[in-house]
Amino acid sequence: MMANPTQQTKIRWGELEEDDNESLDFLLPPKQVIGPDENGIKKVIEYKFNDDGNKVKITTTTRVRKLANARLSKRAVERRNWPKFGDAVREDVGSRLTMVSTEEIVLERPRAPGSKPEETKVAGDPFGTLGQKGAVLMVCRTCGKKGDHWTSRCPYKDLALPTEGFVDKPAVSETAAAAAGSGKSTYVPPGMRPGAERTGTDMRRRNDENSVRVTNLSEDTREPDLLELFRPFGAVSRVYVAVDQKTGMSRGFGFVNFVNKEDAQRAINKLNGYGYDNLILRVEWATPRTN
Amino acid sequence: MRPILMKGHERPLTFLKYNRDGDLLFSCAKDHTPTVWFADNGERLGTYRGHNGAVWSCDVSRDSMRLITGSADQTAKLWNVQTGAQLYTFNFDSPARSVEFSVGDKLAVITTDPFMELTSAIHVKRIARDPADQTGESVLVLKGPQGRINRAVWGPLNRTIISGGEDSVIRIWDSETGKLLRESDKESGHKKTITSLVKAADGSHFLSGSLDKSAKLWDSRTLTLIKTYVTERPVNAVAMSPLLDHVVLGGGQDASAVTTTDHRAGKFEAKFYDKILQEEIGGVKGHFGPINALAFNPDGKSFSSGGEDGYVRLHHFDPDYFNIKI
Repeated sequence: MMANPTQQTKIRWGELEEDDNESLDFLLPPKQVIGPDENGIKKVIEYKFNDDGNKVKITTTTRVRKLANARLSKRAVERRNWPKFGDAVREDVGSRLTMVSTEEIVLERPRAPGSKPEETKVAGDPFGTLGQKGAVLMVCRTCGKKGDHWTSRCPYKDLALPTEGFVDKPAVSETAAAAAGSGKSTYVPPGMRPGAERTGTDMRRRNDENSVRVTNLSEDTREPDLLELFRPFGAVSRVYVAVDQKTGMSRGFGFVNFVNKEDAQRAINKLNGYGYDNLILRVEWATPRTN
Repeated sequence: MRPILMKGHERPLTFLKYNRDGDLLFSCAKDHTPTVWFADNGERLGTYRGHNGAVWSCDVSRDSMRLITGSADQTAKLWNVQTGAQLYTFNFDSPARSVEFSVGDKLAVITTDPFMELTSAIHVKRIARDPADQTGESVLVLKGPQGRINRAVWGPLNRTIISGGEDSVIRIWDSETGKLLRESDKESGHKKTITSLVKAADGSHFLSGSLDKSAKLWDSRTLTLIKTYVTERPVNAVAMSPLLDHVVLGGGQDASAVTTTDHRAGKFEAKFYDKILQEEIGGVKGHFGPINALAFNPDGKSFSSGGEDGYVRLHHFDPDYFNIKI
């Protein structure tokens, strides 16, 4: 039914069956593999027909890299070829006992390299630095005094009731927190109660602290890319890119946590509106979770 | 780094061990089957079927031909690493907790738990070159310490045996006569159960981890305290990098308390400390339960951790790990 390969030149298109695509493959030049050369660059040249029936040359250039230097002993190489035994013999292909984590795990540094533990404490407390830099920010909403005390610590708290409607968000949260401690009937988990070991909450705060949200990321951005982008601004303690579980593609946003608040601010100033992978990044402070 | 997750065990991990070439990783868990994996890609090579209880620890001979395992089914077994065949079973009257081959693989030290009025004991067995000649009699039996002995390892030149356990005292015994040579004192020693004990690559010093939330580095000959690493959670497992001056501590809360707290507060990370400065370098997250076992690849370029969650996580370090500065 098919034309003999030796008569290739005489084939008429009309004689070939239209739906039998593979039959045309013998017309193509053979696959060529060049390399890998001393730099590990390997070229594979293939030819195929595309949907329109045109001949397409595909050149794939790959770099072959040895990940671990395979300084394996002879015995280890031998062991590599040992047959499976025990339960491993009748292992299903789909059992997926060994998987590579989808999450990029970094060695989380407790603080910026080179800094003293005391320094991080100051850096970790946003109010501490604010208080030193611009004392004007510390305004008591009860008595209106500047730079002396916070609203919750106001010595005149009991004397003058705050005018209603004047109280804005932070004050509410502050008083709410105070109320929770002072025996209102809301449930407080044991770990959060005053006098309980506070390590748990501290841990969480560290995680949410100096967190920067990055949106409008391209689909193939991964944690290492983001780390590379943000590392020049200072020590990064965590990088996370939301990945769609189904497609494995990035969902276009991620979070970066900095060890120092100032570094985070600098990164926001610099990278907000920055063009990355043909997209304009949006970089802002991540709003802390409300729970 | 992207760790490799190995889900071969159905119950919490108890122990991890690399062979000397660092190409095989042996894992023990409370399910009854120790498993061997390729240490580079995490592929399962085989399982060792035959135990009838939790397997608490294992050790592999220097030539990677023999495996010894200690189990709660009151036996310790010798295995052929390649085929998974049982070669010999040492029977005891109480669960076997810790096993280790001596340098030269001629002897093995096995500890047994206190059980039904029996006290805990350290047994020294002779390991025959040919499994057909293997006998079960003990060369030496050491008794005395109260409570469970969680770990017993050989000291330099097999002259001593170093043990630690529930009574929180580290003891060095003469491996010939069975005499107690040294004991850690109250001030410098641990305050609570010693959960793990690991020797340095050259055997000159060793690291012990304890539920008193600390790990201590000791001289193997004189039993002088060299360093203390303080953490904020009970230490279940310790490991020492053979390449860099790093120690790794793993732990977490009691298994019974983990459900009451957030996993972020559970402190299930493996914590890296600088061996000399005793300062924390960083943490590696990932487990959903306390870390029960840690092991460093002999080349120092990867490490694995086993957790209460039943997973073994194999981490190949990123290049920037090797030039971390404090």
